[in-house]
Parts: sequence; structure tokens; C-alpha cells
Amino acid sequence: MTTDASADASTEGAATLSARQLAHSRRRAAWTRGWARFRTNRAGLVGLVVLALFVLVALFAPLLADGSGLSVTRATGGVLEAPSWHYPLGTDDSGRSVLTLLIWGARISLFVGLMATLISMLIGTVVGLTSGYFGGVTGAVLFRFTEWFLVIPFLPLAIVLASVLGRSLVNIVIVIGVTSWAGTALLIRSQTLSIKERAYLERSRALGAGNAHLLRKHVLPNVVPLVFANTTLAVAVAILSETTLSFLGLGDPTRISWGSMLENAYSVGAITTGSWWFFVPPGVCVVLVVLCFTMVGQALEDVLNPKLQDR
Amino acid sequence: MSVVTTDPTGVAPGGERPARARRGARHGYATYAGGKVLGSLGSLMFMLVVNFFLFRILPGDPARTLGRGRLTSPEQLAEFNKTYGLDEPTGQQFLTYLTNLTHGDLGYSILYHRDVSGILLDRLWPTLLLVGTATVFAALIGVWIGIRAGWERGQRFDRLSTGTSLTLYSMPEWWLGLLLIATLSVGIGPMPGLFPTGGLHSVGSDPGSVSGVLDTSWHLALPVITLTLAYLADYALIMRGSLIDELGADYLTTARAKGLRDAAVRSRHAVPNALLPTTTVIALNFGFVIAGAITVETIFSIPGLGLLTTEALKVPDYWLLQGVFLLSSAAVIVANLLANLAYGALDPRVRT
Amino acid sequence: MSELLRIEGLSVTYRTEQGPVPAVRDVDLTVARGEVVGVAGESGCGKSTLASTVLRLQPASATVSGRVLFDDADVLTMRWGDLRALRWAGASIIFQGALHSLNAVRRVGQQIAEPIQLHEPGVGRSEVKRRVGELLEQVGLPAARAEAYPHQLSGGQRQRVMIAMALACRPALVVADEPTTALDVMVQAQVLDVLSGLVKDLGVGMLLISHDLSVLAAMSDRIAVMYGGRVIEQGPADQVFTDPLHPYSAALSASFPRVGDPGARYAPAGLAGDPPDPRHLLSGCSFEPRCPRAVKDCASAEPPLETKRPSRQAACIRVPA
Repeated sequence: MTTDASADASTEGAATLSARQLAHSRRRAAWTRGWARFRTNRAGLVGLVVLALFVLVALFAPLLADGSGLSVTRATGGVLEAPSWHYPLGTDDSGRSVLTLLIWGARISLFVGLMATLISMLIGTVVGLTSGYFGGVTGAVLFRFTEWFLVIPFLPLAIVLASVLGRSLVNIVIVIGVTSWAGTALLIRSQTLSIKERAYLERSRALGAGNAHLLRKHVLPNVVPLVFANTTLAVAVAILSETTLSFLGLGDPTRISWGSMLENAYSVGAITTGSWWFFVPPGVCVVLVVLCFTMVGQALEDVLNPKLQDR
Repeated sequence: MSVVTTDPTGVAPGGERPARARRGARHGYATYAGGKVLGSLGSLMFMLVVNFFLFRILPGDPARTLGRGRLTSPEQLAEFNKTYGLDEPTGQQFLTYLTNLTHGDLGYSILYHRDVSGILLDRLWPTLLLVGTATVFAALIGVWIGIRAGWERGQRFDRLSTGTSLTLYSMPEWWLGLLLIATLSVGIGPMPGLFPTGGLHSVGSDPGSVSGVLDTSWHLALPVITLTLAYLADYALIMRGSLIDELGADYLTTARAKGLRDAAVRSRHAVPNALLPTTTVIALNFGFVIAGAITVETIFSIPGLGLLTTEALKVPDYWLLQGVFLLSSAAVIVANLLANLAYGALDPRVRT
Repeated sequence: MSELLRIEGLSVTYRTEQGPVPAVRDVDLTVARGEVVGVAGESGCGKSTLASTVLRLQPASATVSGRVLFDDADVLTMRWGDLRALRWAGASIIFQGALHSLNAVRRVGQQIAEPIQLHEPGVGRSEVKRRVGELLEQVGLPAARAEAYPHQLSGGQRQRVMIAMALACRPALVVADEPTTALDVMVQAQVLDVLSGLVKDLGVGMLLISHDLSVLAAMSDRIAVMYGGRVIEQGPADQVFTDPLHPYSAALSASFPRVGDPGARYAPAGLAGDPPDPRHLLSGCSFEPRCPRAVKDCASAEPPLETKRPSRQAACIRVPA
């Protein structure tokens, strides 16, 4: 079989490295490999770069566009003016620069998308892990509940909740988060189930490991990569949801988001007057961001699950 | 956007399994179908509970809200409360709710001053027409695109169609509708508008007559195109994915070894197997189809259930919203059941 | 002309991301009508690749050179139409792992009938049904089994369905790629019985591939042993098994215990080392690193396959002619 000389050397070397250092260096090696693989996926790379741009624009909004430009009372432009040198994307129905609105709108659209996904991920992971790991009655009940929740059509439920809770930023985040967790829960549950059966978990248990230890050291690290890929795709859906809900008039009336811009455009009849600068750019931004999140998410899935190659 | 696809077959690979003779197929399906129907009934019960409690957490007194401007005297209020059991303990209210449901009583709309069930019935057929037509077109075209893209993976058609599908998939379908209105209804530059900007019928048109049908179709053209484009992207991507999954399978090599033409291998072996997960997902996505109907009907002013939802939202008319919610949930449950039944009919492995 | 199958100088190389990987290197093999030729070797030695070329089923990423003559027509270069006519009607394949080689959503009877309907379109529906029933009975299954789906059958039954399917168009040659590997021993014996019975009764030629030398010894007329993509020994089956020439064949044969021979229990069994990595082939004999009889010259040049005894060939410089 393998020669013995090298085996001796590795045991010698291993004695100087502690278990933690070994785990650490292995994890770093896995990261580097994963990143190298990710880099080969051109679509994912492009998506990542464009997303980074959007995030930067959102973060540095105050520097890029004057915040006073959002105020309706202090608007300086004419009503629905076509793009010009002074207003690169024209003005809206109150005379505000559409470009300014677009830049500041990025903040809310991205913020809601990310925050809502955080909530849905948390709920979904907890439910999925519990249902998958602790079987029995709890697990079965949670599973049925998750399946039934999936059956509820998203938009009617979101509409009802939003109208009940009222229009605010926090509420919109809650509504989207609370209605989108079921898919993640199912995914994590099935992954947890497959991990639970693995031999090393049994051995660990035989050595006296308790549930907390098993969950933390064995189950979670194997589930997290999957959650990560799923999260990226979930953010895409969340952003689309926020845009739709805002368009339907359920968003925060005091904030500008791409969805609220479109709602505004629609209600003032920008479509029929052909004021394309008002209703095209926000939509384009949504499409770009969602597309990028989707591509990055697919690239992540490819990196983390090599069986799905060549899709 | 699509739902997580869980593998419905769950077939354990390999292993010796005792052969099952005559009783096999038919008997197995009956049991399978029975199980699925029972599951759907369970979902329906859960739905009713959710529906009930969702609206009981509303702030304010429903009777007073509902009775705005109509029920003023305490006797009228008491009468209203008695009919809908709003002054009874919650458990009793639920039973009243269920009893009312079996009579078809879904409450009273303050917006239209009619029974909710009547309104829902009236608004049902435009939505069915719109969503039904779009789903059929999207399924046919999307599946065809997906098959071709998957079979010719990596080539020009695949790259083009997948890129377009991904972009359409990332687009809010109502925004696509707005773009279509702006270009095809309003007209850009020298090109005039070709389609109406909204509504289901022109004024004075008789929907029953031939010209009326044409008129309705003309009005429905843009909404149907919008929804078709939105759905077909999803179906194309899923069909492509499942076909690619099948491509590596051994039984396709066997088929080739028998001397079948490439096209026959694809259509007789690969596609039927690949269609299995696709049909499931098409039906499961019905829940999101309803969302699409809501927004598209709103922007095109099609008087269906979707527009009804947004109209009810503005008031807000809780009884109406509750009714729509119940109907759309029931539709999703039925769609899921049909998907499961269809899958059971197509894939013999799940029946045994 | 009397040879049914003649493989000449066949080489198959796969194009991969890490570069070209030779799976089969310069193989010569013949199968006469009604003859059973066994191909033995470890996994990765190229046997399955060899089998796939008989009907030109190798993957598109493979580069092939050499000739595969079936009835004097080169399978590798013949026209597409001729190839499709040849497939199944001239030669058919029995694949390993019948569960995945059969279409899960079609009844087995339909799948057996498919090549008949394809190659003999004139045959009526009832006649096809009759023939399917007949084929099933030939392999020891009741005709009613035609209505079953693959997952409703046991492993052994599925493999028998594969055999019935392979014989549907009455081919002259059957390539059996590890037909019994996925089965347990009892079932294995049954299936082999069926196979050998049919071969004798129908006079079908067979190219039988297996890593199990004892199976080959029982069923074949001649055996070819492959190692590292090349044939390293060829000869009559019983002689190769009981009196192997090449050190590898000797090791392969020795790993099968012989009942009733006490001396065999003390003979060293098994081989140290791993099969050769086709991506990093050695310049000399590919067996040299593991060979108990290797000398210095072995590593310098690849030994050619030469006739060492009447009708026996071996590729080893340590075997005297």
C-alpha cells in the first residue's frame, strides 16, 4: 500500500500542530479552493462585482446625491422633465431628480431585501434544524406545518399582513421575512436528515457527545454552506417581494425605494405620458440586482455541490 | 420565483425487492391517490384555521368597521354580531365561521355592499381566462424551449434562451407589463398604440358575440403576453435543468445501443422522464401564479380577482380580503393535489 | 471472414481537463461465431471502454483509432444508417446495473419489444408480444412479467430481463459487460446458467467482460487479460486460469481459492500496490512496480504481446517462448 516513511513524517509534523490549528488550516484551504472554483464561474463573478457596485452606491448615497433632493417641498426641477445635463435621469412628478431618488432608493430596496432574508433564514434554519434533528412528534408536526405554510400563496398573505400591521419599514421587513421561511426550512430539514444518518455522528454520540455539541460541531458546519447559497437566492426573491409590495402601496410612505418610485410613476400616469426616465430606471435596477444575486447564488451552489456541475 | 423542489419519488436505489405481480399498478394508484386527497383535506383545514385567526387579530371592532355608515342602531349591531357570532367565545366563532362556509356565506363586502361569495363568483372567470391561457401558453412554449436548450447544452440556442429566461425571471412581471403598455399601447415615437391600455371589453361590446370575443381577446392580448413571458422563463429553466439531469443516465445509452435515432432517444426516453419533476413544479408554482394575476390585473384593469384584491386593500375591506385569501389558498391546494395525482399517474415508482 | 468480431490496434483516449487519458492502448482481439471470449482485469483497465466501442457507444470526448470489424465492416467508420441497423440486430450489449440501464417509467415488456419494433417494423403487435413472452421464458421468467416495471423486479430478475432484451433481435454477437457483478453469489450462479445455456442453444458469440476470473473460466472458450489498457495475455480459458503465463494473470488467478487444494491456502494471494494511473503511464511495462518477477529491463520498454506457446500469447519478457 502506501509507503511508510511519509506516514512517520506526518505523525511527527502533526504532533507540533494542535487540533485547532489543524482544523483552522484545513478550513482556510477549503475556502481558498472554494474561492478558486467560484472564480471560474464567469456569471457569478460578474454578478458579484455588479452587486458590490450597488452596495457601494447604497452605502455612499449621501456622498453621491444630495439628501435634500428627496424632499418634495424643496424640489427644484420642473414636473416630469426629460433627462438633461442638469438632471441626468430627468425629474419626477414633484420636480425631484430621478437619479437622486434612484441612488437613495437603493438603500431601502437592498436593506429590506437583506433584513427580511435574515429573518426568514433564521426562522427557516431553526425550524428546519429542529424538525430534522429532533425527529419524533415535534419533528413531524413542524414538518407538516412547514409544508402547509408553503401552500399559502405568498402575495395574498403578505397583502393581508401588511394591511393589518400598517405601513412602515419594519413592518414590511417582518411581513416578507415571516412569509418566506418555509422553503429554506424544508431544504435545511432534508440536509439535516441526511447528516444525522452519517456514521461520525453516531461515533460522536457513542463517545458521550450531547445534542448541543453535535449540533454545533457537526450538523451546523455541514448545513451552513447550503444555507449560504440558499440565502443569496432568497435575497433576490425578497427584493422582488419588496418591490411588488411597495408598488401595491404597502411600503413605508416616508421612504423611497425602487418599488415606491414605480408606484409613484404609475399613479401619476408616467406610463401614458411616456416619461420613461421615471419608470424604466428603477425597474432596470431591480432586474440587475435580482439577476446578480441569482447568478452569485447559482455559482455558490455549484461551488458547494460539485455534483451540480455543468448546469 | 420557484419553490424548493423536493424529490417526490424517494426511491431507494438497488436492493432486492420482491416482485409484485398483477395487483400492482391500479391498486397502488388508488391508495396513493387516496393518501394525497386526505393530505389535501388536512391542508384545507389548516388553511381555514389560518384564515379564521388571521382576521380575528385585526384591530378594532369588525362590526363597527363593517357597519360604517350602514349599521347604526345598537339593535342592528347586535343583529350583525349574532349572525357572524362576533360576541361569542372564539371557539364558538370558529364553528359559526365553518357553518357559514358550508352555506357558502363568506361574509359581507363593505365596498360593494353585496355578499362576498357573489362578488367572487362574478370576478372569477376573467381571472381564470387570463391565468389559464397564460399558463397553457407558458407551459407549452417554456417546456419546448427548455427541452431544446437542455439537449443542445452549451450551444447558441441554449446560451441565448437561458440568458433571456434568467432576465425575465428576475423581472417583476408587472414592470414588464408596464413596459409593454408604454410601447405597445401608448406607442413610442412614430409607432402608434396597437392595444388598449386596459379593461376587458370596449364600451358597448357584447361579450357573447363573435366581435365581442375578438374584442375581449384584443384586450387580453397584452396581459396574457405579460404573464406568459413571466411564467415561461421559470418553466424553461426548470425543464432545461431536469433534462440535463437525465442526460447522464444509463438507460439513454441502452436506448442508443438499440439503434434509436438521437431524436427518438430524446423524445421517447429522456423527455418523459425529465417531464416528471417539471410537471410537479409547474403545478406547485401555481401559488405564485396568483400573485402574478393580482399585479397584472391591477395594471391592466382587468376586472378579475386580482384587481378585486387591490381594490379591497385600499378600503380595507376585510371580509372581501378574507374571501379572496380563502379562494386563492384553496386554488393552490387543488393545484398541488392535481400535481401529485398527475405525478402518480406518470411515475410508477411512487405508487408501489 | 469466419471471424465475427475483429478488433485491430484499437486505442481509445479520453480528452479531459488534465490532458489526454489513454483508456485502451493498441488492443487486438477476435471473436469467432459461436465463441465465448472472456475479458478479465481490474477496474479501470479499459474493459468497459473496449466493450462500448463495439457498437460505437464511446463518449464524444473519446478519440478512437484502430479498427473494429464486425462481419468485415468497420464499426468505427461506417455510415450512421448502417451503424443503427447494426446496433442490436447484429450485436447487442448487456449492461451492468440493470436498474439504471432500464427506463424506470416503462414496462419491461415494452422495453424488450422496442428494438424488435425498430428493426423489424413489419412484425405485427401480437407477434411482437408473443416473441417478448418467448424471450422472457427463455431466461426463466414467466411471460406475464412483461407487465412489470423495473423497480418491481429483483436484481436477478432485472438482469435476466436485460439478457432477454439483448437477444430480442437475434444478434450474432452479445457483449456482456459485467453482467453479474451487482448480484449476490446465488443469483449470480443462476444468471450465468441462463447465459451459458442460451449461448449454447442459440450459437451466439459472446464477449464476456468481468473482473471475476472464475466466472470467465467457467463460461469462456478463450480469455484475454487486460492491464493498464493493454491485453497482456490471451489463450484458451482453462489454460489461462490453471496455468497463467503473465505474472499478473497468475496473481489474478491465485486470488480465487481452489476448493480441495490444501496447498493453495498457503500460497500468497493478492497484490500489493495500486492499478496503474492512466494519466501517468510508465515508459516500461506498466505492471513492473507490482511485479514479483520484475527485473531491470522490465522498466525500459513495454513488452509486446507475443506468442509464447501454441495459441497462447503473453506480454512479458520473463516468459520464455
